[in-house]
Amino acid sequence: MNGAGIIQGMIETARNFAGSYHDPERLTTVQYPEEKLPPVENARTIPFLVYDGGDAMAGLRCTACTICEKECPPQCIYIIKDLAKKPDYVGKMQLQPKVFDIDMSVCMSCGICVEVCPFDAIKMDQVFELSTSDRFLGLLFHKEQLAKPNGYFSQLHKTEAAEIDARRHEDKRKAEASAAARAAAAKPLPPGGVK
Amino acid sequence: MRASTSPPGCIGTDGEHTLLEVSMGPHHPSTHGVFRMDVTLDGETVVKLKPVFGYLHRNHEKIAEKNSYLGSMPYTDRLDYICSLTNNWGYALAVEKLTGLSVPERAEYIRVILGELTRLINHSALAGFLLQDMGALGTPLMYAFREREKILDLFESLTGARMMCNYMRFGGCRCDLPPGWIEQTRSVVSRFPSFLDEFESLLTGNEILQARTEGVGALPGRLAVNAGVTGPMLRASGINYDIRKVDGYGAYGRFNFRVPLGERGDVFDRYMIRILEMRESLKILDQALRDIPGGPIMDPKAKLRNLRPKPGEAYGRIEGPKGELGFYLISDGGPNPYRYRVRPPSLINLTILEDMCLGQTIADAVVILGSVDIVLGEVDR
Repeated sequence: MNGAGIIQGMIETARNFAGSYHDPERLTTVQYPEEKLPPVENARTIPFLVYDGGDAMAGLRCTACTICEKECPPQCIYIIKDLAKKPDYVGKMQLQPKVFDIDMSVCMSCGICVEVCPFDAIKMDQVFELSTSDRFLGLLFHKEQLAKPNGYFSQLHKTEAAEIDARRHEDKRKAEASAAARAAAAKPLPPGGVK
Repeated sequence: MRASTSPPGCIGTDGEHTLLEVSMGPHHPSTHGVFRMDVTLDGETVVKLKPVFGYLHRNHEKIAEKNSYLGSMPYTDRLDYICSLTNNWGYALAVEKLTGLSVPERAEYIRVILGELTRLINHSALAGFLLQDMGALGTPLMYAFREREKILDLFESLTGARMMCNYMRFGGCRCDLPPGWIEQTRSVVSRFPSFLDEFESLLTGNEILQARTEGVGALPGRLAVNAGVTGPMLRASGINYDIRKVDGYGAYGRFNFRVPLGERGDVFDRYMIRILEMRESLKILDQALRDIPGGPIMDPKAKLRNLRPKPGEAYGRIEGPKGELGFYLISDGGPNPYRYRVRPPSLINLTILEDMCLGQTIADAVVILGSVDIVLGEVDR
């Protein structure tokens, strides 16, 4: 019959319309600014720098190795090394960044900086309401804005942060043990000395 | 009509008819982005059509020749931004050929699962947009996007991003599946056929749709082959050519699926072939989700940084949702490719647009363009 297909389609639309009142399968709209979906653990938006301890600038994990700067596909990271070294979590002296800028207007959220970082110093954030009226300096983030505590990172990416913390804890324990062994070996010889 | 009373845009007469040149686009809603058609009309009939593209040119190939091999991976997401994972796959395949890396079994299965999910996304979006071009404003597109959303949620929980996934790596995948992902995917896949049934009952039997599409924009198989057309468009013209079957790349040799073929190669066939391909994709997904093995997801020889392949060349191609997506690489032994070239299926499928549109009305030209399935990010690169 001519027109049967159209009526069939109308019935389908009506079913969806009625279903949108009671069936969660059919009512999928989220009223965004009022309602927000819970964040997904793996989600990524822009990078940030992780720091340990209470002082953001002293606790930065970044050692200014500039691997992320070289690998960043759109070249949005800018680093100047600070020649004054500071000890890292195992007590080894490491460089630190004097300037660490990320131009968020250029960043394309690919996460390659995170993948290549050997120090777990840069991680992906999940903030997404970043609009600003100043698109030049307003989106050029300095290390002070980028630094966020390790506790924040653990909240975002629980599994990954737990792994990293366990690894770093183990490294620290080993370093302390070997330092203690070295200290023991370096003790002055007892009087009489070695025969 | 005499020349002195010609309307503006009139470009002269063809015997007794006045021809009118209409520039459709680049900001026309039916052109799916910034694409322009220079159409010459005799009344309502198309007598000449010149596709004009390049409005979205972003220098993709040259940027890739400057970047490291890894650095081009996120840029491939932005070629065909609806199906970023198949773009990743094509590029990874080319670099794996160039460097001789192998891909572990589990990673191959993950790639097949993601590739087929991407095909579902692409085809459902295409069906929605095609119907939108025909005047079914909103409703079918919204239903299609509702289903697409569920798959995008899966992508987000696995890769971290909904569209710009940047997930595949040379020699495997970036990270393993999160716990519970397979079960979630299974439940999405098991509910997808009911959406397809609903979508088909919504519009496939619709008389207006049939009148608008049957016999419109027919592309004979011979012409399609000569024009280099690939993918669903070629198969709608009745040519059995699917790279998943021809090359059997990845793990596709192990799955049992059929390749749907059209007969006349008109817009209706091109629409139906996408619906049928989605049903075949669901079969592949069922098998892959059932058989996925455990094990590593990266080749132990693979390294992330400082990749310097030996001098040589490689062409990696996959059956993307839109057709044959190929990446051609020449290495001179340096850290970045000496030459990087994309074979975009949308661009090559678009070159035959004029032959399909001649003699049709301008309203049909819109529908024909919709059935070609173009994404301007890929056409212009």
